[in-house]
Amino acid sequence: MRKIKCVIIGGGSAGLSAALSLVKQGIEDILILERDQELGGILNQCIHNGFGLHTFNEELSGPSYAERYIQMLETTKVKVLLNTMVIKITQDRIIEYTNPNEGYVQIQADSIILAMGCRERTRGAISIPGYRPAGIWTAGTAQRYLNLEGYLCGKRVFILGSGDIGLIMARRMTLEGAIVCGVAELQPYSNGLPRNIKQCLEDFNIPLYLSHTITDIKGIDRVEQITINQVNSKFEPIENTEKVFDVDTVLLSVGLIPENALSEEIEIKIHSKTKGPLVNESYMTSVPGIFACGNVLHVHDLVDFVSHEASKTGLAVARYLTHDLDMDCGYPCSSGQGIGYVVPMQVQPKNIEINLEILFRVNKPSKDTTILVKDGQRIIKEVKKRHLNPSEMEKIILTKDEISNITEGIQVEVAQ
Amino acid sequence: MKQEMICITCPMSCHLLIEVEGKQVIEVTGNACPRGKEYAINEITSPVRVLTSTVIIENALYPRLPVITSKPIPKDKMMDVMREIDKIKVQAPINVKDVIIQDVCSLGVDILASRSMNKMEHEVNDGKY
Repeated sequence: MRKIKCVIIGGGSAGLSAALSLVKQGIEDILILERDQELGGILNQCIHNGFGLHTFNEELSGPSYAERYIQMLETTKVKVLLNTMVIKITQDRIIEYTNPNEGYVQIQADSIILAMGCRERTRGAISIPGYRPAGIWTAGTAQRYLNLEGYLCGKRVFILGSGDIGLIMARRMTLEGAIVCGVAELQPYSNGLPRNIKQCLEDFNIPLYLSHTITDIKGIDRVEQITINQVNSKFEPIENTEKVFDVDTVLLSVGLIPENALSEEIEIKIHSKTKGPLVNESYMTSVPGIFACGNVLHVHDLVDFVSHEASKTGLAVARYLTHDLDMDCGYPCSSGQGIGYVVPMQVQPKNIEINLEILFRVNKPSKDTTILVKDGQRIIKEVKKRHLNPSEMEKIILTKDEISNITEGIQVEVAQ
Repeated sequence: MKQEMICITCPMSCHLLIEVEGKQVIEVTGNACPRGKEYAINEITSPVRVLTSTVIIENALYPRLPVITSKPIPKDKMMDVMREIDKIKVQAPINVKDVIIQDVCSLGVDILASRSMNKMEHEVNDGKY
């Protein structure tokens, strides 16, 4: 069986950045397995601008951002297999894949980086009542049709969910001549970045209905009409608040879930909130030698953060391959009151070289709040935040000194 | 008069507080970088946006090439520029930053390719399956 030092599953933003990071550490025996016909992942269909501000200090489109990484990769010895589907991985890091050239192949990896990204939640995940006609898509599918294939999938559109892809598509379809009648969001606040609310909805006078959901879809062959209702604090529709829209298309932008089909089969532990693998400070999952980064780990707001995380993962994998990582699991890192989740979920202070970055999301919006990082009852760090929003990932950096004498574990919480 | 605004220059989404007198910006606070101030002033006086879309491309991996304005354009000119973009058909190969339309709508702004696309010798996906 062919042996490879590191196999990266997925050639999108996370996989590309992880590979380049490994190369910088002197490891070039890397294979990227990508199921699509080109590298770049979802970036290729994200033609809007706003990518790369942190990484390149420029505002690029998604395809441009991907191209920068692909060009850097082409100067290395990293091998890439396109049109290649991984069908199974094992706890011993054997990878089974298929592609049209080689058929079915098994390879042995010293380490694996999971970089498969995420997928969109569908109508099935949120149980919208009504008929099941054509014309109901996830926003990302509509985006692929429009930006890669050149098809505008509807003329009168309603969007459920205020996730960023939905907002981006509201603008994109409007520019292409469709009429976007509105966006309904179940929560009392938007789930998209404020910048997208402004430039994708307000710029085009598209109404955003907060605390609303779709309660009916009518249409036999194609969507003809939808009904939305206001919801109460338990998200139950309130009677007599119906609004009816004659539309031919419904786009769903109701959240993303890490792509875990391969991970779950080998019983990699999955976090109940992130829906991605549990990882330690080195981005290693519960199965030794298997790492995860990017949207397969937790859904990020910005590709720059994905690249950054993947780059750090590459560094950690290089240390793993040279037996420089302490494999003792260390202390738990967890979320306290007001915090949705934290990444990583386990911290071994011995493996921290300079500092530890803890990423987290809050449960609800707030202003002028203090975030506390605690070890048991002892406060390690206090950070003041002017604005906190569930849609915006937050970061706290702890220095090596600050975590050197932990006794119970790290907990992040919102101060009362 | 004080006005609140969210900076959309980058995804940081800074919350800006702007002191305005008529159409004159007196002071901008809350911005993490100088571009926040520039945005606030533009947004009050003459709002601009970067526009992205696609044009038809032949003999490439996909039938559409993503394009982007070389600079932000006035917000109220977006639809005019879209109509010009809609008229364009290009042939692969194309390199990223190739000029697709020069000085679109006489705005002093070019429409640029926002990725490279190679010429495909075989198996062109022309949208028909």
